[in-house]
Amino acid sequence: MTENQRLPLHQFHIDHGAKMVPFAGYDMPVQYSAGVMAEHAHTRTAAGLFDVSHMGQVVLRGADYATLAAALETLVPVDVVGLAEGRQRYALFTTPQGGISDDLMFANRGDHIFMVVNAACKAADLAHMQAHLAPMGVSVELLQTRALLALQGPRAGDVLAMLDPAAALMRFMDVADLCLGGVGVWASRSGYTGEDGFELSVPADQAQALAQILMENADVALVGLGARDSLRLEAGLCLYGHDITTQTTPVEAGLGWAIQKTRRLGGARAGGFPGADIILAQIENGAPRARVGLRPEGRAPMREGVVLFACETGDAPIGQITSGGFGPSLGGPVAMGYVPRDYATPGTRLWGELRGKRLPLTVEALPFIPANFKR
Amino acid sequence: MKYTEDHEWLRVDGDVVVVGITEHASTQLGDVVFVELPEVGTMVAAGDEIVVIESVKAASDIVAPLDGEIVAVNDTLADEPGKVNEDPLGAAWFFKMKVDDLSALDDFMDEDAYADLVS
Repeated sequence: MTENQRLPLHQFHIDHGAKMVPFAGYDMPVQYSAGVMAEHAHTRTAAGLFDVSHMGQVVLRGADYATLAAALETLVPVDVVGLAEGRQRYALFTTPQGGISDDLMFANRGDHIFMVVNAACKAADLAHMQAHLAPMGVSVELLQTRALLALQGPRAGDVLAMLDPAAALMRFMDVADLCLGGVGVWASRSGYTGEDGFELSVPADQAQALAQILMENADVALVGLGARDSLRLEAGLCLYGHDITTQTTPVEAGLGWAIQKTRRLGGARAGGFPGADIILAQIENGAPRARVGLRPEGRAPMREGVVLFACETGDAPIGQITSGGFGPSLGGPVAMGYVPRDYATPGTRLWGELRGKRLPLTVEALPFIPANFKR
Repeated sequence: MKYTEDHEWLRVDGDVVVVGITEHASTQLGDVVFVELPEVGTMVAAGDEIVVIESVKAASDIVAPLDGEIVAVNDTLADEPGKVNEDPLGAAWFFKMKVDDLSALDDFMDEDAYADLVS
């Protein structure tokens, strides 16, 4: 049995009542003594502090930003070249078949690109970038000595502004260097909960000091992976490996918005990324299936793997749930899944098979909970 | 009170056995959001999965501890599954069953033995 890796704040979490579980090869706090429901609610009303140090932090360097951006555009379908300094953007690594091999955030930090990728994908992402970007004069470095904390929720902005007024000047998807109680961080005003908030990249040996400084504010409470999952599900955000995989295209996944006009057919830098022919054709003509929000009508949660049907009896399955569970802010079960385009209209009634019984659910527009970003 | 290795508690009430889950089990499960109970009148065998209990994170089952007949279920749990976390040893009992042989309860753990199991 391979031992799970421990993150810099391992003992800190245990000291704060965390229940630790294995996740993507790491020992991670799934919840603290407050529990998932309370942690979820705290993030929606105040500020939740998450340790997401398992995620991969990567720096790309080259001759200048333009060189770096042109190189990265060969791997992602988004406008990297046009991203202003001090700004962050969502991107996807695509496969030659039009699938998604990871989703990520990247920022223009002047002379380099700073990127955050999923924990389970980071080794593959690194190999992929080294193979394709190194020949173009780009160095790819996985940062092994930095932790990543996320402070998410409507009070997050005020909490950070009290420590560094510059935090208040940041808008959604801005990046900046902040000094929080003497600890220097690379901050972005973003996250994965649907709430306003920040992600803070900090040297590993100062991560605990930063966590303690933030915890001194009464609005801040620790939140584990359990609530992170229910928050992102209510916000309609995709979980890599579940809602998006190498078998789903960005267009099917409803992520066409992440592909800016300049990379689409007729754009100045159209195509030129893996799977461009398939993905760009789907933008023009639509995809055969779509990721949709689903609300089970009863109280029973319908989780990943539940098979979907168009009718209560008979017929072949039409799709499957890819993420599902209980939405604490909605007070009921909530899910996402893929269905043929004809069944993707909000209000469509479908059936999910749970423990041998077909139970009704309704297609609903995403997100379930409107985003609360500071644009 | 007697305890099973599946973290259920069993309490004799007249000629029926009341069944719930222990504090330890409720803590391990986390916030309970859904409970599905068997029908009254169902004949069950020891080990049958007869209750579905779902927390925010996962689904699990509760098994019949003994052979017998379900004679009552706690319907309030369907609307208030959170009671399983608030009062697992009291208000959040799951079902009552009539068993063929009450002396079979002697085979289960007493409080001290169960405390050892979860310590």
